[in-house]
Amino acid sequence: MYDVVIIGGGVTGSCIARELSRYELSVCLLDKEEDVASGTSKANSAIVHAGYDAKPGSLQARLNVEGNRLMEDWCAELDVPFKRMGSLVLAFNDEDMRELDNLMRQGEANGVPGLRIIGKDELHAMEPYVADNAIAGLYAPTGGIVCPYELTIAAAENAVVNGAEVKLGRMVKGIRRTEAGFDVETSQEVVSARYVVDAAGVYADDIAAMIGDDSFKVKPRKGEYCILDKAKGYLARHVIFQPPTAMGKGVLVTPTVDGNILVGPNAHDIDDKEDTATTAAGLSEVLSTARKSVPAVSERDVITSFAGLRAVSGSDFVIKPSDVDNRFIIVGGICSPGLTSAPAIARMVAGLLRQAGLEASLKADFNPIRKDIPRFREMSDEERQKLIADDSAFGRIICRCETVTEGEIINAIKRPIPALTLDAIKRRARAGMGRCQSGFCMPRVMEILARETGIPADEITKKGGPSRVLVGPLNKGVAYDDRA
Amino acid sequence: MTEHDVVVIGGGPAGLAAAIAARQAGAQDVWIIERDKRLGGILQQCIHNGFGLHIFDEELTGPEYAQRYIDLAEEQGVHAMLDTMVLDITPDRVITVVNKKEGLQTIKAKALVLAMGCRERSRGALNIPGTRPAGIFTAGTAQRFVNMEGYMPGNQIVVLGSGDIGLIMARRLTLEGADVKMVCEIMPYSSGLKRNIVQCLDDFGIPLRLNYTVVDIRGKDRVEGVTVAAVDENRRPIPGSEEYVPCDTLLLSVGLIPENELSRSAGVELNPITGGPVVDESMQTSIAGVFACGNVVHVNDLVDNVSTESAIAGRAAALYALGTFDGSTPGITVKTGPGVRYIVPNAINLARVEDSVTLYFRVDNVYENAALRVSTDKGVLFNIKKKIMVPGEMQHIKLKKAFLEKQGDITEVTVEVAGEEV
Repeated sequence: MYDVVIIGGGVTGSCIARELSRYELSVCLLDKEEDVASGTSKANSAIVHAGYDAKPGSLQARLNVEGNRLMEDWCAELDVPFKRMGSLVLAFNDEDMRELDNLMRQGEANGVPGLRIIGKDELHAMEPYVADNAIAGLYAPTGGIVCPYELTIAAAENAVVNGAEVKLGRMVKGIRRTEAGFDVETSQEVVSARYVVDAAGVYADDIAAMIGDDSFKVKPRKGEYCILDKAKGYLARHVIFQPPTAMGKGVLVTPTVDGNILVGPNAHDIDDKEDTATTAAGLSEVLSTARKSVPAVSERDVITSFAGLRAVSGSDFVIKPSDVDNRFIIVGGICSPGLTSAPAIARMVAGLLRQAGLEASLKADFNPIRKDIPRFREMSDEERQKLIADDSAFGRIICRCETVTEGEIINAIKRPIPALTLDAIKRRARAGMGRCQSGFCMPRVMEILARETGIPADEITKKGGPSRVLVGPLNKGVAYDDRA
Repeated sequence: MTEHDVVVIGGGPAGLAAAIAARQAGAQDVWIIERDKRLGGILQQCIHNGFGLHIFDEELTGPEYAQRYIDLAEEQGVHAMLDTMVLDITPDRVITVVNKKEGLQTIKAKALVLAMGCRERSRGALNIPGTRPAGIFTAGTAQRFVNMEGYMPGNQIVVLGSGDIGLIMARRLTLEGADVKMVCEIMPYSSGLKRNIVQCLDDFGIPLRLNYTVVDIRGKDRVEGVTVAAVDENRRPIPGSEEYVPCDTLLLSVGLIPENELSRSAGVELNPITGGPVVDESMQTSIAGVFACGNVVHVNDLVDNVSTESAIAGRAAALYALGTFDGSTPGITVKTGPGVRYIVPNAINLARVEDSVTLYFRVDNVYENAALRVSTDKGVLFNIKKKIMVPGEMQHIKLKKAFLEKQGDITEVTVEVAGEEV
């Protein structure tokens, strides 16, 4: 029996796992996919919000500002790329100007430091590629960007190193309340725990319903994005927003921590919690809306596009012990600013567990430090030379677009949470993330994965389950001449 | 830092031909840097025949064609650094490379030949909407899985794009037992060679749907099907023409992009139409002593052309390294007129031409019973009648040195499609 089972290996669940691994507790993290960060946490805007969007007094307001403050230490300890380069909300007319004033007042009420409205000249000096008709901007120096799946992976890895267990490929089928706690029935086994944390993203309401808690509903709100080639990385230096709408913070244009440009998202409420398909209309909406901010955004520079689902539940996060059983902590409705808030949510959940009676002392030997895979492409020549001298696998480039070495891929395969699918390797080592989108490196990565793990090449999957890349060896088909 | 006479980046057909020509022209110390474990480039996986008809007057497979050049390179004492990636080149021809054995090294080249080839356009670059399942491959990646690794990428296949690799793979996968349902081409004409359409599609009853594209991809884990639709004259899908085609694989053969990240970082001027370096008749780029050849300059249909063009680059690089290259500025600019999408080379220095110079170019549409007109700043030189010209088949015109000299002090040569029959 575990002390705590966390359902959902997104950024929220993984940060909670890491926070709880500071204590003398047995913790198990479950996810239905074959890797952590496989849902909303891999497909979002990757923004560390300053905190002026949320209504004062809301959970979102408090946790956003606290999470923003914590992000720096968390990313430093976990070796996650994080850049605090500031964000801008553009104004194009008088109505927008009034909106900037509102946002600034709201931000100040939320305790956001350093907010100021900048005039046209300063705006265009800061962002030379914004539209000529942008007349002002709300500048938030504490806004920034983080790699959301890296943060998730790093937090989960650090939790594992500190004693937590991560069980992947576990779909939760049902939860039975027992005297001692809960029996969580997964697709593979029954996992018993004294406390349950429901961090299941768009499925958080379905999980809560398993113990009879129908107090909230999660509605997926789809957002589509395009990634532009690094050659266009100069188009934005800050996170560039348009004034928010009822559906969210609107389409943004931002650099990513890796030097690409990300544009999106649009916002459409949908019913299917698995529908992450992009649409022609949606992608064209994203690009044309982005051009309102930065006219040089062109579909010609798009290297890939994707969609993610926001887990929306009303107008605020739902973080509370269940009324049905206070040993069951609901962490639902974690849409934006959920990524920013994740470290603060983790702390809050630890507090709620304490209040519900979970007692634990801090571990004496908790190790907060996690080292990322060595990043060959970011090193000086001296560092590269030393790396190769120590391990020659770092001398062989596998992904030419992103300059990823064999050593990095082997490292990804052998981390505390092993990367055993192409997508898992891509998220950790960046092989396949570049402009050729894995056309060159896919067979080479598969060869390394097969060699290092013993998985036959034709059983390697893109993202687990039935997502096999190849259908089998040659000559299994019917020869052309023998066909009827 | 080591120094070599001629360094060739890329050991495919372009690099091999350039290195051999450099040795034959007198350069002593010629090196090929190749990222793969062996020489030959993409030809290694092109096990179909049809290579070498022009150069060897024989039908060879890709590996056979490559082997002839690999043998010749060995005979000529060309050195090869294999399993080695070039990370950077500078305008003064200092190359940073990395491999497992020696780690990082810098090499100074007296003359440098860029022969990095091209890469395939991906799904992301097309922005095809839908899900992101397994089962979407560029045709060349699928070719590698089948011909090099011995695996089937899929069983029910739709091919988007009628580039030559897509056509070849439609046949190859059919022969391996796959059901290739159709090849969709967004343009009103194929970008592949006529002979490939006949031999790879027609002979196997695989439909080629012109003015068609893929507008949606379905399937969560593996491709389950694609929606194809007809497009109008602006290449926009026509509402109501959508058709769902169940399949487990989508192959993309939608264009090749010269791979010039290194050229760009060195400051080599690129032609926005081809994506490759601007070159003169000796295949010299905008940087003196830096030459380029093959698909890194412009995407060729036939490897024979690549070999011929690359020998010019290799020879010039050798002369440059030996100090006997005529460094004067080319006097003639080569221009495209109406109907011609791009042309290579972009300038001619007659003093460096031995006997003749060949202009390679592509037309921008299908032209029947039209003519190619070659003119200078002084007037029309001649017209060539052409029964049919298509963008998928590269055109070439050979100009004799003596003929050009006879025209006097010309500064421009222009090639255009003359609309009317002549």
